[in-house]
Amino acid sequence: MKPLILKGVRPYGEGEPVDVLIRDGVIAAIGDVTEEDAETVDGNGAVLLPGFVDLHTHLREPGREDTETIATGSAAAALGGYTAVFAMANTNPVADNEVVVQHVARRGREVGLVDVHPVGAVTVGLEGVKLAELGTMAKAGVRVFSDDGHCVHDPLIMRRALEYSKALDVVVAQHAEEPRLTVGAQAHEGEQASRLGLQGWPAAAEESIVARDCLLALHAGARLHVCHVSTTGTADVLKWAKARGTQVSAEVTPHHLLLTDERLATYDPVNKVNPPLRTAGDAAELREALAEGVIDCVATDHAPHAVQDKDTEWSAARPGMLGLQTALSIVVETMVRTGLLDWRGVARVMSERPAEIAGLPDQGRPIEVGEPANLTLVDPDTTWTVRGAEFASIAANTPFEGMELPGTVVATLLRGRVTAVGGRIRS
Amino acid sequence: MKHLLSTEGIDPAQATAILDTAASLKQALEGREVRKLPTLRGRTVITMFYEASTRTRVSFEIAGKWMSADVVNVSSSGSSVGKGESLRDTALTLAAAGADCVIVRHPASGAAHRLAGWLRAAGTSVVNAGDGMHEHPTQALLDAATLRERLGDLRDRRIAIVGDVLHSRVARSNVHLLTALGADVTLVAPPTLLPTGVESWPVTISHELDAELPSLDAVMLLRVQAERMHGGFFPSAREYSISYGLSERRLKLLPEHAVVLHPGPMLRGMEIASAVADSPRAAITDQVRNGVHVRMAVLYHLLAHEEENA
Repeated sequence: MKPLILKGVRPYGEGEPVDVLIRDGVIAAIGDVTEEDAETVDGNGAVLLPGFVDLHTHLREPGREDTETIATGSAAAALGGYTAVFAMANTNPVADNEVVVQHVARRGREVGLVDVHPVGAVTVGLEGVKLAELGTMAKAGVRVFSDDGHCVHDPLIMRRALEYSKALDVVVAQHAEEPRLTVGAQAHEGEQASRLGLQGWPAAAEESIVARDCLLALHAGARLHVCHVSTTGTADVLKWAKARGTQVSAEVTPHHLLLTDERLATYDPVNKVNPPLRTAGDAAELREALAEGVIDCVATDHAPHAVQDKDTEWSAARPGMLGLQTALSIVVETMVRTGLLDWRGVARVMSERPAEIAGLPDQGRPIEVGEPANLTLVDPDTTWTVRGAEFASIAANTPFEGMELPGTVVATLLRGRVTAVGGRIRS
Repeated sequence: MKHLLSTEGIDPAQATAILDTAASLKQALEGREVRKLPTLRGRTVITMFYEASTRTRVSFEIAGKWMSADVVNVSSSGSSVGKGESLRDTALTLAAAGADCVIVRHPASGAAHRLAGWLRAAGTSVVNAGDGMHEHPTQALLDAATLRERLGDLRDRRIAIVGDVLHSRVARSNVHLLTALGADVTLVAPPTLLPTGVESWPVTISHELDAELPSLDAVMLLRVQAERMHGGFFPSAREYSISYGLSERRLKLLPEHAVVLHPGPMLRGMEIASAVADSPRAAITDQVRNGVHVRMAVLYHLLAHEEENA
């Protein structure tokens, strides 16, 4: 592989533009760089960040290859600036054994556009009854376990999962949703859902599980990760739990930072997601919590769905929305343009913290000589208009359709190799 | 008016126009031997019912027939609906088959809104005949028509809606319509049967039926569905009846002129005592009768009132 020079880039958006030389997948020099016979990517002053890491992606393979495959999802990830993604376990068959997780990892390596890390199920079949073989899957390389889509609701099973995970140096990621409080739930329980006649999904159904799990994690001395935090109350619980020394981390999705349940008035299920879109007050609090580090990182919960599963009456539609190719822009819109985060902060929430939470040694690293060249180059000044049909994903269910958003990915580098440049995949 | 999807945000003038049309249709048909007007000759109206319904479906069918429309009934058994066809495909099929108007009842809130979107290109009108827990606009219109007959202008009239407001599309449509017409609405229910955020609705909330009755002009009882009775929303049918049922004793607390409404089907002895349901104070059969005229008026405003559609 030829050496690569990123010309005129600003690491973390700071200082004057510099050149970055990458050789053998590693950052070889930063500053004034001369290298014969090197490929160059023109930065024009773009912001250089560590490659993004998504702790929460649904790649749908195996099972629903009509909506996304590991190949198309990897392309979407590379175009979105990601160098590592965690593929959730709710495939068909479920990734609750080493055969499925090894298959997902191998397909990811074959595609080679992004590091695909399989998430293992916490319980067999995501049924919440019997622990899956966490140890065997951990030996196969699984770092994160989750029944996402379902809550590990039984407190005893959750306690055992947390305790057992300690010996494996892995983290359990909880989809916090008390199922007894969300039977038939369709929308955030509040004024909007009441007006629209949609069965409520109360904030307390999330908050009560997060509170319980924080208590269990502290008691077990185990690590806990909270998926897609959606309410002010959960942020409050996390703040309290962290203050008393709980080893808890948390993610927020781009859609919960930007969208609110006001959008439900059209009954268009493109806005249906679990946990549901909450109020403007919640979105504002989630932004603050992310800026303060109460919420550690941004994760997409990228969830491709076929047209026939979305273009239906509200209650029949599946929950979930695309996220990989819009995440950066929404973080720029909600966090950077508002002054809540600088580019160091973006690096923290999009790359460094998720890499730390999952224990990835080669992702989310500092932009320094000798570090692996997993990098994302961002043009913060250009805007673009979202068109779901143009995404690399097979599905097109983006709630951001037609929105003009700031920030584009100029190039993505995986171990020094360009995976995406100028909005196109390079394989 | 292209569709009738909800009464939320309805223009009071529009609502009054429909009610006035309904009143004149009723007058025009009264005492006639042949109850048939030629107004909608050549128009095709399809009812699509995804939930069991007798009174609403029959009422729409009679309304269409009395207006000389061709009325076709589709129900979820005995059609491709039962074969797992999507709502969108069924709607597009019916529009392509020549429906000028689709009347839909569906268990999903928002189904009628979705249908109106899918049928935009076809130009088909949509009437919401009840969508999930959302709205049932023609029920509210027929309730308003009945109340106007008995009470005259509804401005500043005090009307209580009693029972399962949480799950009731009838309650939502009535709150919007009656408040738009100037009435003063009170919701009476246990807190478990009131929606979250109801405090922001333009209504008064009460948990004490006896305290409300003496100052009411009308009381509207809601149906308590069987599945709610076992859902833990209240301890027992007995306790519900004691707290919120309209007994003969409670009827005496109402002023002489006050009207009793029920959208049916009634649970006699539970929501309403039999003697109350059959008393002259109850307007329950008037509601059914007015339902036909109100639905005729709605079809007229959607399909025949050209200047409004222009």
